[in-house]
Amino acid sequence: MSVRSIRPARPEIATVAKALPAVAADSTQASARARSIRRRRLNVYALRVLVAVVWIGSWELLTRFKVVDPFFFGQPSGILQKLQTWTTEGTALGPLWEQVAVTMEETVIGFVVGAVLGVAVGVLLGRNRLLAEVFSPYIKAANSIPRVVLGALFAISLGLDLKSKVATAAILVFFVVFFNAFQGVREVDRNLIANARILGADNRRLTTEIIIPSALTWIIASLHISFGLALVGAVVGELFGATAGVGELIYSAEHNFDANGVFAGMLLLAAMALIAEALITALENRLIIWRPNPVGTDIKV
Amino acid sequence: MSEPAIELRNVTKRFLTPSGGIYTALRDLDMQVAPGEFNAVVGPTGCGKSTTLALISGLEPPSEGQVRVNGRPVTGIVPNSGFVFQSDAVFPWKTVLDNVAAGPRYRGTSTREARKQAREWIARVGLAGFEDRYPHQLSGGMRKRVALAQSLITEPRILLMDEPFSALDVQTRTLMENELLGLWSLTSSSVVFVTHDLEEAIALADRVTVITAGPGTVKGTYEVDLPRPRNVAEIRFEPRFVHIYQEIWSDLREEVLVSYERQKHSAGAA
Repeated sequence: MSVRSIRPARPEIATVAKALPAVAADSTQASARARSIRRRRLNVYALRVLVAVVWIGSWELLTRFKVVDPFFFGQPSGILQKLQTWTTEGTALGPLWEQVAVTMEETVIGFVVGAVLGVAVGVLLGRNRLLAEVFSPYIKAANSIPRVVLGALFAISLGLDLKSKVATAAILVFFVVFFNAFQGVREVDRNLIANARILGADNRRLTTEIIIPSALTWIIASLHISFGLALVGAVVGELFGATAGVGELIYSAEHNFDANGVFAGMLLLAAMALIAEALITALENRLIIWRPNPVGTDIKV
Repeated sequence: MSEPAIELRNVTKRFLTPSGGIYTALRDLDMQVAPGEFNAVVGPTGCGKSTTLALISGLEPPSEGQVRVNGRPVTGIVPNSGFVFQSDAVFPWKTVLDNVAAGPRYRGTSTREARKQAREWIARVGLAGFEDRYPHQLSGGMRKRVALAQSLITEPRILLMDEPFSALDVQTRTLMENELLGLWSLTSSSVVFVTHDLEEAIALADRVTVITAGPGTVKGTYEVDLPRPRNVAEIRFEPRFVHIYQEIWSDLREEVLVSYERQKHSAGAA
């Protein structure tokens, strides 16, 4: 093709060329925005680190220069050292991983028992008006007592081993999950129930295919809170009397006036809770794929 | 005359209001729907149109009077009935395929067979390729198609529809109305189609029933003798359509005004 034959096309090229700056401007704007979002995110991370540095650094300095007594308030470097000693040389109660495993076992069993019972009773009472009316005053009464104290009772009746901690953890979990499951069942869209009934669903199908899936959003929301509560239950159970576990570790540190030991125990518990939280979020995203907005996309505090 | 598919005799329905009062939704309502007839029920807001459907389907029992479907008094959910709801009533946690397969499964068909039937129906309502989507991934019109397939797959002898298209935009709505007529012509279902839109009622139905402002009772019934098959988008311009519209509207207008005045008053009182 000769150069000349291209000529008639020129005016079009001119228009395209005129349009180009606009497109280019759009894409520069978009990339500028992307850059500013990235910068903002980096800023947030930097500020987060800064907060930690200022907080832990001032704690370290204040205790190092004896403005604050490290004997009562612990010291970051001391806490790290403590954790290091525990991991390398073991604790007074035995190897560290054993203590973590003991507490984890109590927590997980208590969590599962409490959650399963909570869902079962919540769905049962949510579906059965008579039962709900009969039991509601008792449940309200049971809910109003500070249930951690039951740990003391369980320590007496169930002994100082696994059972009493599992019971304490389970009872804390039970109520939270129960109330959510109950509410979730009550909030199921009437139209969905009517639709399923007209399509021929019997009561069992209604429960398994409509009520429970619909209440699942509520139930899972409660699982997030209640794993933390299971951990509280297990640790409190250990405080009431135990031979092993992170709670017991904290308890013995307290008795030795070892503030660093208490903090180190707390850090361990926090790490356990965070890992469990991540697992539950993963479970949630798997179970509720049908939901428009998967969890974890927005800011959570 | 053959036995009506749906018959309401002197039906009254009262509800307890949350404040402990009694609200009469329907009073002495008499209505009949012949087998295979498409009956559109129109009336002003709050006249008990939806309550009528709840009574026919067996979701609610009447306070007085009798409801009969296929010659039998209604006690509990009517078998062989389908219901398309005003709001989205497809199950959000089920895929399109499982939503449509739900009816046959609940009625005892094996999951395998139910899914096979469901695929056919999904194709029939124009959603082939969307079997694995969840309802929230579909548009409002597509969700209505799912709802239609979900009801029609059970081959209901009576099909109840409660303002099914009122949430759709006008274009989608006309498409869906045509589609409904196409699907219905393949069946022998009797339809009760509740709407507040008189144009929609006339375009779709064989007979229009006008209900009075609440407590609802039948003000009049009107034959719609427009030929089928109809094109909903165009039928509105036919002289016969306009004529029927004017005839019914002169009755309906009064009721709409009564209902409007009442709403204004209760809004003023509140």
